[in-house]
Amino acid sequence: MEETLLHTPLYDLHIELGARMVPFAGYEMPVQYPAGVRKEHLHTREAAGLFDVSHMGQLFMSGPQAGADIERLVPVDIIDLPQGKQRYAMFTNENGGILDDLMVTRMEDGYYLVVNAACKNEDIAHLRANLSPDTQLDILEDRALIALQGPRAAEVLARLQPAVADMVFMDNRALPIEGIDCFVSRSGYTGEDGYEISVPASEAEALTRTLLAQPEVEPIGLGARDSLRLEAGLCLYGHDIDTDTTPAEASLIWAVSPARRTGGVRQGGFPGADILLEQIDNKSATRKRVGLIGEGRAPVREGTELFNSEGKLVGKVTSGTFGPSAEQSVAMAYVSSDVSALDTQIFAEVRGKRLPMKVSRMPFVAQRYYRG
Amino acid sequence: MSNVPSELKYVASHEWIRDEGEGVVTIGITDHAQELLGDVVFIELPEVGVEIAAGDETGVVESVKAASDVYAPLSGKVIAVNEDLEEAPELVNSDPYGDGWFFQIKLSDAEELDDLLDADTYSEQCEAE
Repeated sequence: MEETLLHTPLYDLHIELGARMVPFAGYEMPVQYPAGVRKEHLHTREAAGLFDVSHMGQLFMSGPQAGADIERLVPVDIIDLPQGKQRYAMFTNENGGILDDLMVTRMEDGYYLVVNAACKNEDIAHLRANLSPDTQLDILEDRALIALQGPRAAEVLARLQPAVADMVFMDNRALPIEGIDCFVSRSGYTGEDGYEISVPASEAEALTRTLLAQPEVEPIGLGARDSLRLEAGLCLYGHDIDTDTTPAEASLIWAVSPARRTGGVRQGGFPGADILLEQIDNKSATRKRVGLIGEGRAPVREGTELFNSEGKLVGKVTSGTFGPSAEQSVAMAYVSSDVSALDTQIFAEVRGKRLPMKVSRMPFVAQRYYRG
Repeated sequence: MSNVPSELKYVASHEWIRDEGEGVVTIGITDHAQELLGDVVFIELPEVGVEIAAGDETGVVESVKAASDVYAPLSGKVIAVNEDLEEAPELVNSDPYGDGWFFQIKLSDAEELDDLLDADTYSEQCEAE
């Protein structure tokens, strides 16, 4: 079957920049530019990288019940989210599994959501099926999304719009940049300080060219985006989290708001609440997402089986690579809770050999979010 | 266009072979291969002393993208491996025909050398891919 791949508003620019394009979540996306994955990764950690993430779904919900409507679908406090603030959330199913992870921002006139490209159609259907009659859901198809990430990102963007310097991690503001109306959020998917900028599709290329013209900025493809987020300990939907993993199993309890937990002011009230809250209250999850660092340099990739010292199968890798900044073989995996303690040694079976790895703290590279 | 030195021999699976004389050859992967792989992060080589046969899987190159097998282009006994690659696998990207060599073998059948591709034939094959 021939699949018609969608293009983002920056497609022509990617081609001009010499990107190698690959199919990703129904879009033709740049996996790398001529510099290559490793250099792009290191450049983002050292200066500033620019990413096209326009394939992601941008949604807007408005109406007096919009916050409550979202809250019924996520184990996260949305109602009390302050205006101009963004929060990480996940849609759960009746089993407490994760349908998608997303960012929710409270804007002046409603809620702005960013969801994963591969899940966006299901997310939209799920939201529509659960809306109050007076809540409106708009799909912002006329907007592109670009990310500027790295230790020099703030300096670069402040050159174009000084107000961004005052924002802290997870702030989101509607601001003009070069006269273009943008939503600017101080967040990202690399573990670095930086911004995600929602921009009208018609202006996306002009803004991207302006950013790329700044001496600190290089374009970065999906390859480096993946190794950056993995080093930062951030989950990739469909790999590290999915409908079969609960937030407790996924070690995402930090994202479950106190208000929605047992004893909270709005306890439960989201799909799968009984299962998730029981797992949190009784620490009863039988498996957990953990970080692993290899003792050797061999990359340990997704799907690799993990064994304990007695040779018993105890888990499976969900993401893994040789971290260009960590300079170690790093991975995320689900393992039985009895081997999930820090520093536990487990063995990854790679090409018939059992390679020793250690359960390790994540992120693998220190996060450098700007918190003021 | 990738670099294909005329003094070397090649096989279709993108390994190069340098005849060192007295039945000894040095083996690595081509510039074209390293370009296709991208940044190399790990290399697994055969152990010194093992006997290998032409066409055997004798190692693995892992790049940021994926793992690729390394095939023995000729039969013989492994007499040396490039231990520098353990700590500096990026040598395969920066110097595939020099410091990025993989291993050396003592040939068991020198006539196999006649089956190898010359630089022109290998270049044509790469272009046809």
